[in-house]
Parts: sequence; structure tokens; C-alpha cells
Amino acid sequence: MVNHDDVRYVAGLARLKLAGEELDRYAAQLSTILNHVNKIAELELDGVEPTSHVLELTNVFREDEPQPSISQVAALANGPEVEGNAFRVPAIVRK
Amino acid sequence: MNLLRLTAMEALEMMGRGELSADELTGAFLDQIDRHDGDVAAYLYVNKTGAREAAAAAGGGDRPLNGIPTAIKDVLCTEGMLTTCGSRMLEGFVPVYTATCVSRLTEAGVVNLGKTNMDEFAMGSSTENSAFGPTRNPWDLDRVPGGSSGGSAAAVAAGEAMWALGSDTGGSIRQPASFCGVVGFKPTYGSVSRYGLVAFASSFDQVGPLTRSVGDAALMLQHLVGKDPRDTTSVAHPEQIVIPEDRDLSGLRIGVISELSGEGIDPGVREVFQKAVSTMADAGAQMETASIPHAEYCIPAYYILAPAEASANLARYDGVRFGLRAGGARDVIEMYEETRSLGFGDEVKRRIMLGTYALSSGYYDAYYGQAQKVRTLVVNDFDAAFREFDLLVSPTTPTTAFGLGERVDDPLTMYMSDICTVPANLAGLPAISIPVGLDGGMPVGMQIMGPAFSANRLLQAAHGAEAAVAFNRVSPLVEERD
Amino acid sequence: MDYEPVIGLEIHVELSTRSKMFCGCRVEFGGEPNTRTCPVCLAHPGALPVMNRQAIRYLGRIALALECSIPERSIFHRKNYFYPDLPKGYQISQYDQPFAVEGGLSVSVDGEMVTVGIERVHMEEDTAKNIHAGVSGRIAGSLYSMIDFNRSGTPLVEIVTKPHIHSPQAARSFLNRLKNTLQFLDVSDCNMEEGSLRCDANVSIRPVGDRELGVKTELKNMNSFRYIEKGLSQEIRRQVGLLESGERVVQQTVHFDVVTGEISPLRSKEEAQDYRYFPEPDLVPLVASADFVAGIREEMPELPADRARRYVSQHGLPDYDAQVLTSDRELSDFYEESVSLYGDAKTVSNWVMGELLAYLNHTGETAGECRVTPTALAELLDMVKGGDISANIGKEVFSEMCDTGESAAAIVARKGLTQISDTDELEALIRQVIEENPAQVEQYRAGKVKVIGFFVGQVMKQTGGRANPRVVNRLLKERLPE
Repeated sequence: MVNHDDVRYVAGLARLKLAGEELDRYAAQLSTILNHVNKIAELELDGVEPTSHVLELTNVFREDEPQPSISQVAALANGPEVEGNAFRVPAIVRK
Repeated sequence: MNLLRLTAMEALEMMGRGELSADELTGAFLDQIDRHDGDVAAYLYVNKTGAREAAAAAGGGDRPLNGIPTAIKDVLCTEGMLTTCGSRMLEGFVPVYTATCVSRLTEAGVVNLGKTNMDEFAMGSSTENSAFGPTRNPWDLDRVPGGSSGGSAAAVAAGEAMWALGSDTGGSIRQPASFCGVVGFKPTYGSVSRYGLVAFASSFDQVGPLTRSVGDAALMLQHLVGKDPRDTTSVAHPEQIVIPEDRDLSGLRIGVISELSGEGIDPGVREVFQKAVSTMADAGAQMETASIPHAEYCIPAYYILAPAEASANLARYDGVRFGLRAGGARDVIEMYEETRSLGFGDEVKRRIMLGTYALSSGYYDAYYGQAQKVRTLVVNDFDAAFREFDLLVSPTTPTTAFGLGERVDDPLTMYMSDICTVPANLAGLPAISIPVGLDGGMPVGMQIMGPAFSANRLLQAAHGAEAAVAFNRVSPLVEERD
Repeated sequence: MDYEPVIGLEIHVELSTRSKMFCGCRVEFGGEPNTRTCPVCLAHPGALPVMNRQAIRYLGRIALALECSIPERSIFHRKNYFYPDLPKGYQISQYDQPFAVEGGLSVSVDGEMVTVGIERVHMEEDTAKNIHAGVSGRIAGSLYSMIDFNRSGTPLVEIVTKPHIHSPQAARSFLNRLKNTLQFLDVSDCNMEEGSLRCDANVSIRPVGDRELGVKTELKNMNSFRYIEKGLSQEIRRQVGLLESGERVVQQTVHFDVVTGEISPLRSKEEAQDYRYFPEPDLVPLVASADFVAGIREEMPELPADRARRYVSQHGLPDYDAQVLTSDRELSDFYEESVSLYGDAKTVSNWVMGELLAYLNHTGETAGECRVTPTALAELLDMVKGGDISANIGKEVFSEMCDTGESAAAIVARKGLTQISDTDELEALIRQVIEENPAQVEQYRAGKVKVIGFFVGQVMKQTGGRANPRVVNRLLKERLPE
């Protein structure tokens, strides 16, 4: 049901690198799981409202009052690669 | 006296009377951690020095939970203290803030013993998905403690914590509580702030207590609930949480969910469960058969919705601002792919893939949209059932704790161990698991579910059932200290 | 064949709230990188968004000013994609249930009023800022990038027009009009250089008379209205060229290079984005009740058209003046404040539309940036009215005020520009002028009274224009022979 191309496409969207044996394994496992969850397709659900939130809350806001930010040191402390005052990442355009 | 058998309520009374010091209490739990955590591996980080200091500072204080040694699931952010979610992705991650629920308990005086092991990012039912090795069940070290709050459940069962915080997305508090013979409570969605709870599936996640008794669960819950301005999905609990005292079950109409207590439930578990149902009936409860007609669609719907939310929630682990970064990438896409492939374990990747697939172009309506509608049906099923019944019960899990490694290669069978717990998450309802007996030497849990925000009624009934069933058993690791 | 361009615009407006959309970090431009961040806008594990009420009010103002209808219920979605400036790996945005739909804004195109339809107006959040390191500072060819999260989470409103625009000039007029409206609404500083107003354009062409739309391309990230107009012209030329040479337009994103004036493709839509939108579980729905909308309507600042009407009816200005003055928020504010200080509206209007506007057009400054404040202008006008200086000298003083920022009084004193009305001083001069020009006196005597202008001019010349012409006229008439 789920083939290699599907797995490759989805892995690309999710930014996961899967190769060789993993493609087979994920294709097989996802097929098994999807085959099971597909059970919901048998229900006739026209006219049923979808539920995104179980609570009936609406309009929860905060006031527009600035709060202290964390320090620059704290912001950068967990950064795996920091240069000067900013986070550094490799080239954004694909090489 | 074996301090490890005490409930938090008993310990607070003793400390209040001056018969026990906070130092002594924390010392006893740290000793037990020293003695057994090498085998059980409930903790990822033991806050030894911090706990001793906190206990010393707690001496003579009058805060309501003063000096209670508490374990915290590593899915909750603790400022200045490692928080890994059981993932290589967050190895060495030190949050800059503390989760609201942890702050609330700390303000009430608890002593933080450390952070407990869990399935990576709370995805799993056995704690075998931790990147830092599995936790073992204190009742039988060859078995799993359940998951994903397996570390917290095992810590409480092993006498390595007086109580613990867990989180429950599809059963992650109740299922390990059941496997480890302790009490586990998942509050109504929205009762407890999710701020600082590392998100798995945001519309399901709830923080709750794992304790030795229903009374303790109520006590901890008192300090957890409440609206948090930092979590817009949190609300003020409509009733103040009361510590249950009355043990009377008479007059309660309790429905036994037929779809979750018959076929698919292990005969041994079924037997212990049925016995508990009879005992409750003897204690005056009106026990009748109830139905959640769409129960069989819960696992399918859950395993679409939760992974879909997870696929977005886990997108922030990209190697830019914190956590793991794979080296040597030529460009940013390669960096993402290498980092995420290295940082996430198999189950997390599987769920991200599943969720991404369900949301991807062309599949949304058939999967995500349809599953949201199933969610509506499940909510309606419960509404209908609660028009007839005060509460509903089922076994918490279809089997007792299974062997380590037994299900790791079979995701679907693993998912099926959530069959009884997932419905309450879909409907956002409060549910508790209490131990009601042993099957083959392993604990069996009964799940009690109530309408939204019925924590008091639920805890009251659970307290009555706890007394009627009189399980009163502890794991061998606690027993040996008698 | 003649082609008709079809253009639709997507405009992003950063709101000038005090704090960010979902957290309390300040909204400001620039500054030391990564100093206005917190767990929420850095997307640390466990952090949750909380909506800024003021941002929604501002959104409401925009929707009402664009005459949109506001559905009772709108919800937020997650738009999923990976990019280093997007910390959560998804942008909180609105998708199929936006805040406002179906509006319009009237603009003058070639002297005719045309209504450009508004498809939707919705709320989202801005990204962080990438600083590309490398030779050019551009993304292409950069070796690595640095990320500054100060901008991350700034409230961003997206306005999408219908494809109702049929020339680059009309696009520019629309944007001018929209910008002016937004400025009157007090919701954004609309500073394009700082990126608080950004525009993308979808453009296609079709043979004149055809109803069907051609294949469109998207022109992205143009940072001035002039470039948008140029870029659109260039892209339209390119598309016409393609069709005329029998080629096809490919749906893609294109980049307009302002230096070379060339269009180059960025990415093809074939590798289309699959954003996997789904409802944001961390935020609750937004319900715009009648009261809610009425509240926003009540606090709506006066729009340009309303101001123009008021200038005509209350200030007695000609319609032309009213239109010019309200074409720019700062100009209009400058005018209003000056009127409140000085009084006579038409005089103020003449000065603002004449002297001030000429200066602003010359320097490119805005009325708010000009060194001359309304107070300073009012002082100058008082001096003219009081006869301290002549109107002509006043213009000279105004120009000096613009250049130096000095007050009118200071300039007049420094340069000795005070008007001479003193009869004795002028008498002497007049006597001298009469003596030195007997021929002209003779002409006057012969009945050529217009020659008096010559004498006035001589006196003015002698006094450097400072003589009070009224007094000079009177004295000359007395002194010249009948």
C-alpha cells in the first residue's frame, strides 16, 4: 500500500533521511499501520463535525504588555553552533 | 519502619507531628535509588545534592507538600536541570524555564528527586523507546514497566519516589501505573497546564500524578490544577479538588464498558477485573453493562491524530537553536536530515512519518479529517453513556506487563496495548487506574472514567473501590525493606 | 496580439503592537541580535503560544477598513515547512477559516475610481531573520547563514487581493492607497525598508477580451513600490515575449533583480510545497461576535476619506486640498496640528501644500521627519499675520527653518528680516528714491499712476524686501506730486 516513493516523499517532507533497508522497513510498517487505521474509512461521516478541541473555549488572549525577554547569553546557550551573537547554520541554498 | 510504604498523606501527618523529618524521608528514597536504580533504571537524572538541600530547607516548613520526595518525568522542563525526553535529540539540553506544573509542586514544598525515564518524546507503551536504555518493572525485572511514563511508575513502585509526575497522551500515565501496581490519574484535558510539558500531541497531552494511593493522587492534583495564562487551553477547575474520605460506593451507577472488557482482554486480566467489579457491587455500587459503540475506532483515530500533531510538534528539533546537530552537512537541508535521523529513534521516526503522511496533500480528508470526525463520535458516545451512568470502568490494559523486547518489532501490537486508555484521551475525559489484583504475580489495573471535570466524583469512587478491593500489595523491592 | 495583465497582490504587514503575537517579547526593529527572545519565540520544547489581544484588534481594524465581512468564527492552522528562520518548523497562520473575507479598496487608476477586491485578511506570525554570510550578502552563493530571532513571532497580517489589477501602475496606486489606509489605522509603521510592509505579486497575461486566466508567476519580496511597478512591467514583458515566440509561461516563483532589471526563476512550483495545514491545537478558536466587531469599530481611527470630508465640511477647504492633505498620514497630522495651533485652515493648507510639500518632495523626507514642526509653522504664520515679516520673507524663512531647524523668530532676528513699518525710516528712503528718479516722477505726474510700482520696487530693493509694502504705498502716494 505504501511504496518506496511514498516513503521517500514523506521522509523528505519530514526532513528524515531514510535509505536502503529503512525504506523497506518503513514501507512495510506504515502499510500495516495504515491498513489498520483505515478502518475509520468504513464509517459514513458526512455531516459529522470534526473535533479539534475537546473544550469549547474561544477568545483566550493576553494583553499587549511586553514582558522581559531572556538574556542573549541564555538564548544562545543551548545553540549547537553559535557565532558571535547569532545561531549559525550551513548554507541555506542546496549545494 | 519501612518509610517506602508510606503515602504522601501519611508522611505529611508524621512530619507534622514531628515523628519524621524531611531529611530522613528524602534520605530513605535516595538510599533506595542507590540500592536499586542500577537495575530498575527509573531515573535519567538523580538530583541527589539538590534533593538533600531541598529536604534540609524543608525542615519545619509549613508548605502543604513540604518535603515530599517527588520524581518528575523527563518530559517536563526544569530550569537549569537536564531535560531530555528520553531522546538523543535533547541529550544535554538544559531548559531556561520550568514547567508550570513543576513550579506549582515546588512552591507547595515538594523535593525534586530527579527526572525519570520515558519512551522517547512520550511515544511508546514500554519505556523501551528511551534512547538511554529501558526501565524495568520493579515487580519483575524482566518485564517492561509500561510507558511512556514508565520511569515515573517504576520509581513509585520501587520505592524510589513517594510519588511522581507523568504525562498521558494515549494512556501514558494509566498504562504504566497498571503495569507497576500504582495509582495513575489523567485529569480532564485543560485542567493542568501544559506549559513546559514537551509536546507530543497537543490536543491530547495532560500531566497527572502517579501515586501509591487515590488519596495521594487527589492531594497532588489539588496543587496541579488551575488556569495558566501561559496555556490558553487550560481552564480553572470548576470545583476545588477534595481529598476523598468517604468510602461508600452505594448509590453510584457505574457502567462496565462492554467493548473494552471482553474480547481482546487477556483472560487473566479479565478475571481479576471482574472480581473487582463484583467487589464494588458488593460495596453498594450499581454495576451494569455500558457501551461505547465506536470504541473499536479509537485506536485508528488516535494513531492518525496524535502522530499528525506530533509530526508538527517535533519539527522544532532541527539542530538550529538547541539540542543535537549532526556535523559535516554541506547545506541546511542535509543538516536537518542528518540531525533528525541521528537524533530520533525508530518509533519517533515512525510516528513522524505516519503523521506527515496523514496530513500530506491528497490524504488529509481521508485520514486527518475523517479521524477528527471519529473523535466527535467518541465524544458523543461518552456523553450518551454519562447520561445513564455516573462513571464507567474497564481494565486499564488488555494484558499485564509484557516481557522486555517482546513487542519492539511489532508496532501495531504495541499500539494495541493502549486500546482501553485511548478513548478517554480522544474525549478529553478524566480517568484513573487503580491496582485491583495480581495475575501471575503481576499487577492488574482497573480504569475508572468520568465526565469532564468530574475529578471529585471520580476520586471519591476510586477511593471507595481501592478500599473495597484492598489490594495492599507492594513490589518486592519495597517489601524487602520491611 | 494585445495582452491584458492580470495581477493579484499578497501584502504582509507587521503590526506595531508593543509585544509579539504569541509572547511578551518586545516588537522593535533591529537591535542587538537575539536579545528579544524567549522560550516561545525560540520554540523551545514545551513552550506554548498565547494570543496578543491588541494584534487581533488591529487585524479587525484592517478588515473593517477594507470593508471585509468578518465571519463569526475563525481558527488558526499550522503551516508546516522547514526553514532556519522558522523556529517551530511551522508557522501559525490561518487557512480555510480566515479572520476576514470579501472586501475591497477603491483606488484611482488613470483618473477613474476602481475597486480592487480583497480576497482575505488573516493573522499570522513573522519569521526570524537570516543574515547570509559570504561575498554578496545574498542567499545564493552564501557559505553559511546567521539567525537572529528578534523578529520571530512579530504579528503579521496577510492581505490578499483578488486578481483585479491590470497594470503595474494600478498595482502601485493600490499599494499607495493601502499603505496610506494602514497608516491612518495606526496599526503599522509600514516601513518598507525595515520590512514592516512587504509585497508579493501574482501575475499572468491573457489576450485582451479573454476571460480565462493565464499561467501565473509569483514575484516575491519586492521592497519598494517603485520596484514592484518596475518588476511587474518587466515580468509582463517577459511573459508577452514568451507567448509571442510560441513558448509557454511556467508556473514558478521569480525574482526581480533591481540592479540588472532582470527576472530570474527562484523555484518551480513542480517541487511544490506541501504545507500539511491542520488546525493549531495550542490555540482556541477566535469568535468575532457582533459586540466584538462593534468594539473594534468604535475604536477605529478616522480613515482618510472621512478626514477629507471633515476638512471640506468643517475646515471649509476645497475638495482638492482635502484630497492632497489626506493622501499621507503624516502630512494630514501635520496639517491638523498646525490648524489647531494657528486657526485659519486655508492659510495652513496653502503653506502645507505649497511650501512644506515642495520641500518634502524635494528631499524625500516625510512630514514627520521634517525639522519644521506644526508649532514652528504656526509661529511663523503668526509672524506673517502680525506684520513682523512679509509673506514672501516668510517663505524664505520657512525654507531656512527646514534646513536648520531654527525657529522663525531666531532666523528673522539673526538675518535682520523684520519688516520695516517705521514711517520715519521709510520717509527718508522715499525722499531719496523720488529725488534720484525725476523721469519717473514726471511720468507719474503726467497721469501714469502705474509707475508707483517702480517706486515700491526701488524701496524694496533698498531694504532687501523688508519694507512693509502697505506703508510704502501710502507714503509714496502722499509724497509724489499730484
